[in-house]
Amino acid sequence: MVRGQSMTGIRSTGRKRNLSVSDVFIFLVMIFVIIITLYPFVYVFSMSISDPKYVITESVWLYPKGFSLQSYERVFENPDVWQAYANTIFYTVVGTALNILFTVLAAYPLSRRTFFARNWIMVVIVITMFFSGGMIPSFLLIKELGLYNTRWALLLPGLTTAFYIIVTRSFLQTIPDSLTESAKIDGANDIRILVRIILPLSKPILAVLALFYAVGHWNSYVPAMLYLSDVKLQPMSLYLMKILVQNNDSMLEGMADQFDRALFSMQLKYSIIIVSILPILLVYPFLQRYFVKGVMIGSLKE
Amino acid sequence: MRYMAKVLRRDKYLVLLVLPVLVYYAIFHYIPMYGVIIAFKQFKPLKGILGSDWAGFYYFQLFFESAYFWRLLKNTLLLSIYSLLWGFPVPIIFALLLNELKEGLFKKSVQTISYLPHFISIVVICGMIVNFTSPKGGVINTMLGWFGIAPIPFLTEPSWFRDIYISSSIWQGFGWSSIIYLAAIAGIDPQLYEASEMDGANRWQKMWYITLPCLLPTIVILLILNVGNLMDVGFEKINLLYNPTTYETADVISTYVYRQGIQNADYSYSTAIGLFNNVINLILLVTVNRISRKVSETSLW
Repeated sequence: MVRGQSMTGIRSTGRKRNLSVSDVFIFLVMIFVIIITLYPFVYVFSMSISDPKYVITESVWLYPKGFSLQSYERVFENPDVWQAYANTIFYTVVGTALNILFTVLAAYPLSRRTFFARNWIMVVIVITMFFSGGMIPSFLLIKELGLYNTRWALLLPGLTTAFYIIVTRSFLQTIPDSLTESAKIDGANDIRILVRIILPLSKPILAVLALFYAVGHWNSYVPAMLYLSDVKLQPMSLYLMKILVQNNDSMLEGMADQFDRALFSMQLKYSIIIVSILPILLVYPFLQRYFVKGVMIGSLKE
Repeated sequence: MRYMAKVLRRDKYLVLLVLPVLVYYAIFHYIPMYGVIIAFKQFKPLKGILGSDWAGFYYFQLFFESAYFWRLLKNTLLLSIYSLLWGFPVPIIFALLLNELKEGLFKKSVQTISYLPHFISIVVICGMIVNFTSPKGGVINTMLGWFGIAPIPFLTEPSWFRDIYISSSIWQGFGWSSIIYLAAIAGIDPQLYEASEMDGANRWQKMWYITLPCLLPTIVILLILNVGNLMDVGFEKINLLYNPTTYETADVISTYVYRQGIQNADYSYSTAIGLFNNVINLILLVTVNRISRKVSETSLW
């Protein structure tokens, strides 16, 4: 009883001392971090929903002025946006599924200590982390294989990566051998063991893989820039590149009215940024801890 | 032989599983590595790799003697070195300060918010940069206008390129990069802190004499990785931010390879340049790793 009291006594004086100059300093640094990180997003959002007449007069800088969803209407009226968005979803879903499949196909045999080819396959895979043919030979290969301007060009070249194979393998190695051995004695083969025993136990790592691969597909633009010249196949990222970075105003061509064009040309860019990052902004807060977990699993190896 | 057959029979399903992966690596990684020999040939797509005539080191020589060589090398290295110099300490400092916050909603929020930009596509980030820095209605120039500063054409001014590239990269990456340091901090033995508290150490002394030394192995490993990738400067981002008016400071080896190889279809020349870049990168990684193993007994392999 006495002991407990003295403990709380120490704690409360500790808490008092914590409100020092250094605490205030750290607190201010963190507030600064929050502000500079969020400001661009707040600004883009405010610009996208403000009344267009305030947008072109540059009077919006933090909070929205007026309210208008007209630029969003114009974004959604545009069939090219829908097409690009659908393509991105396709590449993300199919690409991620293939990525997970191939990563597991590599990681599981490599995680088996008795597998005879384990070491040299590992070497074959790790070499690709340090040396690659580079952009041009890969580009020529895609053309040679007839994958240029096909959806496969975004799916096949990056089927799996050495880094995630290693991460997954490390995870699988933590599953005790005793579980697989008893199944083996019961006559199960390795494929059956993988499907029935290993995969159900690997849900955490599969979730991590899915998240990282999916974000990678959603955001990637270089392979599409290199391998897809057909607009019908291009993902959202390439569409964004043309509109936001190269200032190619193809989206405005549908607007006959000159005045209308001048009014919306700027705001459309901000609306389309919001449209493209919205899925990530919406799921991110809920999945954030899994991403962090993924990094932790990955860094264990080092 | 009999042993081999026995092992193969035992592991046949594992082989079956891993086979597609091997085929994938053979086609999409090892064929391009083999394709690198077009750097030493006068490659004509119609003749194929084998049918093209040998050119020896002609294309390498062409590159080393070209007017662009020194500019590309300088830009590549300066952009990397400055990025490392300014960008590397930020996540460490952030992690150290974050560690001083009490567990709770505020700390969690700061973390969650600071990781967010990492997940935003580089195209969107660059799109924001282009529009924010625009001299016509960009918010940065609008704000400068409040202080009576005339609009600055940031992205067409070579002297601004590195500042924009590096500051935006730090903005996007520092939070996410801090995770690995936070994980390392979480693994530090709490007894060390308890002992130092008894000796009367204050918060900054604990940070300096315990946390930082315990982080050193992690810092060294990440430094090795970064120095090893010095020649591997972000093509994705530069390609979006640069333009002919800023080539003077912004054009790096990888962007030049892209323009020569993909846009001008000068395959052998651009492959030679890419190979030069890769080899330097590999040498750097091996060297830095060797030095660090000698100095600090921390290394990648």
